[in-house]
Amino acid sequence: MTMNPAIELKRISKSFGPVQANKDITIRVMPGTIHGIIGENGAGKSTLMSILYGFYRADAGEIFVDGKKISIPDSQAAIAAGIGMVFQHFKLVENFSVLENIVLGAESGALLSPSLSKARAELATLASEYELNVNPDAIIEDIGVGMQQRVEILKALYRKANILILDEPTGVLTPAEADQLFRILKRLREEGKTIILITHKLREIMDITDTVSVMRQGEMTATLETNRTSPENLAELMVGRKVLLRVDKSPAKPENPVLEIEDLNMFDDFGVQRLKNVSLSVRAGEILGVAGVAGNGQSELLEVLGGYQKANGSVKIKGSEIDLSTGVAGDGQARRAQGIAHVPEDRQREGLIMDFMAWENSVFGYHREKSNQANRFFMDNNAIRKEAEAKLDRFDVRPLDTKLRAKNFSGGNQQKIVLAREIERDPDLLLVGQPTRGVDIGAIEFIHQQIVALRDRGKAILLISVELDEILSLSDKIAVMFDGKIMGERLPSETNEKELGLLMAGVSGEAVQ
Amino acid sequence: MIDFLTLIQVLDGTLRLATPLLLVCLAGLFSERAGIFDIGLEGKLLAAAFVSAAFAAITGSVWLGLLAGVLASILLSLLHGLASITLRGDQIISGVAINFLAAGLTVVIAQDLFGQGGRTPPLKSGGRFEPLNFPWSISSKEMSDAGPLMQLYSELLSGHSLLVYLALLTVPLSWFVLYKTRFGLRLRAVGENPAAVDTAGISVVGLRYGAVVIGGILCGIAGAYIATSLQANFTKDMSAGRGFIALAALIFAKWRPWYALGACLLFGFFFAVDNRFQNILMPAWALSSFLIFISLVLLSYVWKKDYLDKVVLGGLALGIAIISLMVISSVWTSGISSQVKIPVVFIQSLPYVLTVVVLAGFVGRAIPPKAGGQPYVKER
Repeated sequence: MTMNPAIELKRISKSFGPVQANKDITIRVMPGTIHGIIGENGAGKSTLMSILYGFYRADAGEIFVDGKKISIPDSQAAIAAGIGMVFQHFKLVENFSVLENIVLGAESGALLSPSLSKARAELATLASEYELNVNPDAIIEDIGVGMQQRVEILKALYRKANILILDEPTGVLTPAEADQLFRILKRLREEGKTIILITHKLREIMDITDTVSVMRQGEMTATLETNRTSPENLAELMVGRKVLLRVDKSPAKPENPVLEIEDLNMFDDFGVQRLKNVSLSVRAGEILGVAGVAGNGQSELLEVLGGYQKANGSVKIKGSEIDLSTGVAGDGQARRAQGIAHVPEDRQREGLIMDFMAWENSVFGYHREKSNQANRFFMDNNAIRKEAEAKLDRFDVRPLDTKLRAKNFSGGNQQKIVLAREIERDPDLLLVGQPTRGVDIGAIEFIHQQIVALRDRGKAILLISVELDEILSLSDKIAVMFDGKIMGERLPSETNEKELGLLMAGVSGEAVQ
Repeated sequence: MIDFLTLIQVLDGTLRLATPLLLVCLAGLFSERAGIFDIGLEGKLLAAAFVSAAFAAITGSVWLGLLAGVLASILLSLLHGLASITLRGDQIISGVAINFLAAGLTVVIAQDLFGQGGRTPPLKSGGRFEPLNFPWSISSKEMSDAGPLMQLYSELLSGHSLLVYLALLTVPLSWFVLYKTRFGLRLRAVGENPAAVDTAGISVVGLRYGAVVIGGILCGIAGAYIATSLQANFTKDMSAGRGFIALAALIFAKWRPWYALGACLLFGFFFAVDNRFQNILMPAWALSSFLIFISLVLLSYVWKKDYLDKVVLGGLALGIAIISLMVISSVWTSGISSQVKIPVVFIQSLPYVLTVVVLAGFVGRAIPPKAGGQPYVKER
């Protein structure tokens, strides 16, 4: 007897203008399995799933659910066909309660209270069935991201979804929360649900999926059984060539401290304390990685050091004190003059001006330097442009067109423009936040090599990343932040993901050891 | 001192003047709760006032006037919806355009139709909403001889236009719709996170059009009220900034129906005081100590704030302090028990001052709907 696939997509194609996001994609997902879809950013994974969920309409191709051909013109149709989706960015109304979010769009009548009491009862059943406990009356903005994700899963289950699509579900979770999510997914599989997991993390694919499909540049390059493949093999299928998964680097030769932070405290505009007695030091020729779940003060640390937030405490760069009290425009310039370069976390909002051309972006922050001035009143644009071309070439920016607007480069190339600007100035200290967020594997390799090369030239680097793999492979020393505090410092050789994960979740260093 | 009857009369005026504010404020509430900013409330109010007065004048029926006014306002709402929902344009620009359109068209058409310098002829009875007199209520001639309860009943509760009672009824109705129905849940959701609504399989566009049309209906009733009930004809620019004051009231009310009632009654009260009194006499010492108290409160609040807050609120406090010093200096020359005249323009300016203070975050932060002002585009 042959079982019908839970989902079968046949020859799906979709273009956005000249860009073909999906080319002729065929995929079969068997019921009761966890099927992974892996690929680089922009490979077309999310587009494919959005077509399945009725968010976009395919240009060509057929969709079968349980062996029956159906058309999915909108999300309502997808929900009716038993498909639920948990988006990467949650689609929750933040000031509504859990219950209201679950009921939204699936109410049982024009009046609200019967719907709410029905959902409350249903939620209790689901909670016991799948071990998905949430407080139905909690307000979304008051609960953690892990809990919010649970609400998204419950939303799908409440709508009687049999097929659950999760798009990059672990991006915002601590390792412990991710483990918990995977337990939930396994439980759902036991209950006969079909799960499609979209991710770019090889480890997750290996850990939890039964089968895996690899996508590259809009095409499906392979579908394999997970236990018959290896991370190296998958990476090669994703990129189309062999890639180094570990950064190749020699041991650090640290020298004198470049950055010394002592008792740094910072309050935000609402009076909430974001940094609590942070003390850190980074030596020349050393990469200090700061790990932590997003939103635990790492961004604020970068903003203070980069000069656009004020704080209390002492920060010394090569022995001389930095003025932290002003927090006004112009601080960024002063910091750069002191030898601090900054690759901000959000390159599209802080690192670049998206509507400006590559050569203009390649000089921001340094445009007042004498070398860029033709005379007292004008900048030397010709020289800047020429230098930009050389810089971008050294950083392998593609296409090498200095007149292209920043927004027209891919994420990886945008990041290379920012790195070229900051690293080529030969700073004493490089602050770098999320260097490879939204960057494809090939570019990640290149960016990591550049950061290590700067270290080997005897410079200090403060790396902030939510990707634990990145922290572990790049850093010479690791500090973990939680709730604005430094939970502890570890050497990469003497720690592991589990220990760091506990520190990231706020379990104190003593308890871990 | 002010006697009881005068107080009742001021409150009666408050109710009448708060009515259009309240309707327009609730119109803005529905629209903005769905994520569509509505600067065009003023224009819709004005257009509805003109169209209802013109229809009432021509047909002699106030009901036809009301209907036509509401339709005109809905039409402008749909225009705003087309520009900001369907075509995803800038909501502020579309609203401003509607205000200009209404200000110009009403006068031009009025001149063409009636040739009376951009106004409509005075409405005869039948063409206006008459006051509803409750049973046993007495006329204003007998009022001064009646007891306080009778004054309260006859002056404050009885004798308003039907639309005043309707406006008051709209408050609990809006509250019920917003918080107790499926439509309300979805409407509030679409103003906070339209993507959540879209992925739940509900039409964002449909909901937002629904919201602006409700806003159009409420604005239309308000327009008909000012032209056929508060006044008895249309005059040029007769909305007199009420649309903007209603917007201020909306912020003051933090986008909630019951708060909106409070805010509009407060603003209505200021207008009623302005209507009833020419100048207000107050003992000089009381006035100056009150002013100094206010400026001290402002200064102590502003002390730990940002640069911009310091400039705005600090400037306000300084201004108040200077006024109170002037009062003190006048007391110096004319004795402690002297009376000071408060020009009525101060009372008139109070709603605006209050709005500035509210916007500066003085009375707790007013948080607008999160998706307000942004057209919804599916992310790529």
